[in-house]
Amino acid sequence: MNIHAIRAIYYFEMARTGRTLLQSVVAPVISTALYFVVFGAAIGSRITEIDGISYGAFIVPGLIMLSLLMQSVTNASFGIYFPKFVGTIYELLSAPVSFLEIVIGYVGAAATKSIILGLIILATAHLFVPLQIAHPVWMLLFLVLTAITFSLLGFIIGIWAGNFEQLQIVPLLIITPLVFLGGSFYSVNMLPPFWQKVTLFNPVVYLVSGFRWSFFEISDVGVGLSLSMIGLFLVICLATVWWIFKTGYQIKS
Amino acid sequence: MHPLISISNLSKTYESGFQALKNVNLEIRKGEILAMLGPNGAGKTTLISIICGIVNPSAGTVTIAGNDIIRDFRATRSMIGLVPQELTTDAFETVWATTRFSRRLFGKRSDPAFLEKVLRDLSLWDKKDDMLMTLSGGMKRRVLIAKALSHEPEILFLDEPTAGVDVELRKDMWRLVETLRESGVTVILTTHYIEEAEAIADRVAVINHGEIILVEDKAELMRKLGKKQLTLELHKKLDSVPNRLSTYGLELASEGMQLIYTYDIHADRTGITALLADLAKSRIKFRDLKTTQSSLEDIFVTLVKEPT
Repeated sequence: MNIHAIRAIYYFEMARTGRTLLQSVVAPVISTALYFVVFGAAIGSRITEIDGISYGAFIVPGLIMLSLLMQSVTNASFGIYFPKFVGTIYELLSAPVSFLEIVIGYVGAAATKSIILGLIILATAHLFVPLQIAHPVWMLLFLVLTAITFSLLGFIIGIWAGNFEQLQIVPLLIITPLVFLGGSFYSVNMLPPFWQKVTLFNPVVYLVSGFRWSFFEISDVGVGLSLSMIGLFLVICLATVWWIFKTGYQIKS
Repeated sequence: MHPLISISNLSKTYESGFQALKNVNLEIRKGEILAMLGPNGAGKTTLISIICGIVNPSAGTVTIAGNDIIRDFRATRSMIGLVPQELTTDAFETVWATTRFSRRLFGKRSDPAFLEKVLRDLSLWDKKDDMLMTLSGGMKRRVLIAKALSHEPEILFLDEPTAGVDVELRKDMWRLVETLRESGVTVILTTHYIEEAEAIADRVAVINHGEIILVEDKAELMRKLGKKQLTLELHKKLDSVPNRLSTYGLELASEGMQLIYTYDIHADRTGITALLADLAKSRIKFRDLKTTQSSLEDIFVTLVKEPT
């Protein structure tokens, strides 16, 4: 395995974050603070508790998931799309680097950034509401698995995208609605029975539910099911990436 | 001697249906400088891109030092440095960072001393902390060369290396290629500039419409196909070539003020002495004479000329 190459790609991507610190870290933290103001203060004054948890604390896992998913997808998709756009991908393709190593470098960096951001948001949230994490190891496991899975999804989007508009379509028109409708700011049990069933088709429900369980030991679906669903998304993304590199889809003519 | 790069029956048809390469066979020797000449769209860049792993071949095989470029891609690619035709750089990276990135991407440990030497050789050391976006086109071209050399390749592909660069950089590039050759690096370059091939290549491959038309030692090519012409500036205008001189195949030019004689310099008898004697007998006087030899460009134009 070309460890030097993996590290080169990884550090290259991490350095890019350093140059865009304002956009990469500060902006999501400010957004999260605004969510707390709007949802926590405005709505939280009307919904005091859900399943015995204060509303402000209840939405923290959802807020972290929102940023984690968006940042994973955005970081990874931009990371691989930019070399395609400016043409520097020639160097990756002509280097003695396997596709697996390329993926580890790009996805690893994107996931790392998202996890760091998730932890920053967790720390920020702690300033607004008292928090305790019932299962910190499980919390980290959900955080890492979700970051890797959605970074893989972002990588796929970056390969697929033919222009900047396409690069933005999936995060804006698919991920954001799914997160908002995936129980980030409410319990699925609060919905009418019909919409509860519909919601179960939303994959984000399982991510938020499992993540929330690691904080408060309450969940909309079973923890095992949440983990299984994350595992399933991970396998689907890995299989898609494998197919992309096997066929050279959108990379090699 | 076994070839370093062996290309067998290589073909490439793009999804659009355009056939860029047609059954190409080519062997490249270790340590040589091979110039690939061909008009736009001839298939030069496609050929290089396949060898380097950027484009998938439709058929055929390429081996480098006996290793297949697809099956043994790590072994083959680690031997290759590629300088692409386009000035593709990461605008926000510094010269130093991007060169170091390239070295490590190719599996080599960081070696600041070696990278410093590469940058100094390319007159880039003073710019090492500059962002690529601030550099001129010529400097970016140097950076691409530095990136390609950063991992100490045994084979260097230069795809139109001097396209759009000034004379000084072109000469620098030629000197660099000569230095690389002396250190044992095999250099394959594509170019539009015939003078470039003429100046630095050992062998010339002419490619047109996806086919290799000719591969030949440059000197041999010029010897085989090179013609020499003797041009006589006449004292008086001639209306036609006299019958006595008809066996020489002379050509009248400049409205009858020039006689041009084309001959083979390698023939036992060039016929120049006899021609001059016959001119004297025909009382044709000339004021001046000069000889010219056909250049690689003349040869190239003849080879790729569309049949009319």
